[in-house]
Amino acid sequence: MEFGPIWRAAMRNKTGALLVVLQVAFTQALIVNAVAIVERQSLIMGRPSGIDEANIFHVRSSAFADNFNSRGAIEEDLRLLRGTPGVTAAVQINSVPISGSGMSMALQTTPGDQANGVPTSVYYVDEQGVDALGIELIAGERFRPEDADWVQGVGLWPPRTILSKTLAEALFPEDPGLGVGKIVYIGETQPMTVAGVVEKLSAPWPGWDLAEHSILVPRHPVSTDTTYLIRTEAGRRDALMPDIERALAEREPGRIVLDMLTMEQTRERTFDIGGAIVTILVFTVTLLVAITSLGVAGLTSFNVTRRYKQIGMRRALGATRGQILRYFLAENFLFTAIGIVLGAILAVAINFVLVTSFDVPRFSWVWMPVSMLGLIVVSLVAVLFPARRAAQVPPAVATRTV
Amino acid sequence: MQGSGLLAYNFWLALRNIRRNVVLSILMVVAIGIGIGASMSMVTVNYRFQANPIPEKSDVLHYVRLDSGDPNAQNDAPPNQLTYLDATALLRAKRAFREAAMSQARMAVVPPDREQRPFFARARATSADFFAMFNAPFAHGGGWTAAEDEGAEQVVVLSAPTNDRLFGGENSVGRTLRLANGDYRIVGVLDEWEPSTLFWDTSSGGPGPVEDVFVPWSLIVANALQRQGNTNCWKPLDGTGLSAFLNSECVWIQYWAELRNEAEHDDYVAFLDAYATEQKALGRFPRPLDNRATPLMDWIAEDGGVPNEARVLLGLSILFLAVCLINTLGMLLAKFLGKASEIGIRRALGASRGRLMQQYLVEAGIIGIAGGLLGIALTWAGLRGIDGLIDEDLGSFLVIDWKMALAAVGLAILATLVTSIYPTWRACSVQPSVYLKSN
Repeated sequence: MEFGPIWRAAMRNKTGALLVVLQVAFTQALIVNAVAIVERQSLIMGRPSGIDEANIFHVRSSAFADNFNSRGAIEEDLRLLRGTPGVTAAVQINSVPISGSGMSMALQTTPGDQANGVPTSVYYVDEQGVDALGIELIAGERFRPEDADWVQGVGLWPPRTILSKTLAEALFPEDPGLGVGKIVYIGETQPMTVAGVVEKLSAPWPGWDLAEHSILVPRHPVSTDTTYLIRTEAGRRDALMPDIERALAEREPGRIVLDMLTMEQTRERTFDIGGAIVTILVFTVTLLVAITSLGVAGLTSFNVTRRYKQIGMRRALGATRGQILRYFLAENFLFTAIGIVLGAILAVAINFVLVTSFDVPRFSWVWMPVSMLGLIVVSLVAVLFPARRAAQVPPAVATRTV
Repeated sequence: MQGSGLLAYNFWLALRNIRRNVVLSILMVVAIGIGIGASMSMVTVNYRFQANPIPEKSDVLHYVRLDSGDPNAQNDAPPNQLTYLDATALLRAKRAFREAAMSQARMAVVPPDREQRPFFARARATSADFFAMFNAPFAHGGGWTAAEDEGAEQVVVLSAPTNDRLFGGENSVGRTLRLANGDYRIVGVLDEWEPSTLFWDTSSGGPGPVEDVFVPWSLIVANALQRQGNTNCWKPLDGTGLSAFLNSECVWIQYWAELRNEAEHDDYVAFLDAYATEQKALGRFPRPLDNRATPLMDWIAEDGGVPNEARVLLGLSILFLAVCLINTLGMLLAKFLGKASEIGIRRALGASRGRLMQQYLVEAGIIGIAGGLLGIALTWAGLRGIDGLIDEDLGSFLVIDWKMALAAVGLAILATLVTSIYPTWRACSVQPSVYLKSN
């Protein structure tokens, strides 16, 4: 290729070359960092919870009346929910997956404060827990009705628990039986027998490093403020929701039934800001690529106009249209290549600042070649139209001017 | 030609040039407008987190902190909130011109219209001075008196939206409202009140509408209201129940004092130090004396910081603006160099280089102003877009005020002028002889 003459020509018009290089470099740096943020956010937002989200909703009951019988109300509510046709299973639960608020504890396989605890999220449920969440039991058995205790405030931990598979593997890496029947210690010293293991159950915090570490504990916390999680038969959820809300409110007027949400709505709520940031960044990057390609096209177009006479001269001296077209494409390729190399350095520098001071994730290296290649393609396409105009310059131009 | 006459001539020439090259000029205005719109949207978001929510009083409102904290903690500032013991002592001492203790709570509301279901209201329990201190606008009635607060009377002030919801917007002062487990007499109804953030409570406030109901501070204990918001305890509670909590070292109360001048401020801090010293004698306040009454804006800068997400987006948007400006630079270069022959002829006819540069800078300035105006429109659209993307009610948080609008145009003009210096210089450096020779 004729990079030699291109380079010498560029050195005679440093500004034009520099403008393309800088534009491409800034664009590359911005894309790589924006993609890093979008990628992590999408990963968190796309993480499956393991539960049957399409058929689950949850609702909160909060009492205000004096001398409210909390335990009685929970028992009555569960009876009402479980007796409603179309409801597959229903539980009182202390926190909802994906909701962003919940409880965590550490588990260990030997008692005492020397052992390293494995952090996990904790869900209080009862014998219907596995079915209400719609999770798959892959080993052991469900809780029995007599397992669940009724506790006000804090109490000793119940004797049985169900683990998520990821957690079971972390606690019992050697055991093909995933630890079923073995003892884990919670709060350093309190033993619980592993009753079963479920395939997948995420923690309430989707952004957590250990997002799939969860346990089920058979317990009814006795409180005036409680949440129920209800799973319906496929497709009946949306129709049942208003009925159940009304039935709960009418059954006990001394409390307020609030925050009734499907799992989709819970996701929307949790990812409100994160989702907005993804949209903003995707929009920004798209706009940026459009502006950059317009800019590159504009600068090339300007160059074609300025070199009108030289192009005519070259044509007169025997250059083919293809050669002229190739010249401009090659010129653009050269500048873009310098730009993306500069952009890569800039991207790393910016990412370093973002990672160290703003908790932005390090970008995955695969995006570097992808964005480089993408920018070269976009830039070549942008240059194609002015370059074709250059190729159309008639050789006769050379004869007309001095 | 001198002074304004020359400027007018340059202005006329610039307009003529812009009209002759409409497409390129529009493209430049659009590039600058988009760049300004993107960056100013993010600047505004960042600025709003630090904006002055109450300019007319920000210098007299002070956030009060007492260092009752953990002696082993590595803090260089006192805890963000007060204990109940200390808030009560300060209220009793009445050393400020106005002062208020406050906390967020949740109260069940039983609507007078039996068709409506009960719901939870966001409540603020606070002292009588709250309304006067923060210039709360009343549509009907007013706040409660200090005596009513001390007497733990069940009175309530409703926000405008709450009054609309419960009483269809009528003047409800004097009527009774069932709240939690008591009947409350409505003493005041607020007018529309939309401070940019709930600055009086940085722990649970932030952007969003003001609380639904306001009740006297004493009720938080007398009626055992369901308290909400941040609570921090460094020392285990001595016993159980409400009284153990109230006598604990747990901090959960925001405390504001209106101090009208330097002298009042110094007196008040001296009083706080004296109080803390007294408490030390009783075995409390194990840390060195560090008691503060921080002016509102300093407090916002210290505590109500800008979220990381907003800062990162601001940085990226400035990079975006840079690309837009590089684009504009290219277009200006193309445009001005395209005028080379005209410039050559004018130079040959005696126009000085300085005069020509002035003309082109005026032209760039006009493009800058147009870009800035488009930028304001796009900033507005951008903020509406962001507001639409976020489901949470941000109240009047994302608005563009005249300062930001002015800044947008200023930034656009400045950016365009800086950008145009090089193309202008290049254009005006042409040798007249070259262009006189060619056709």
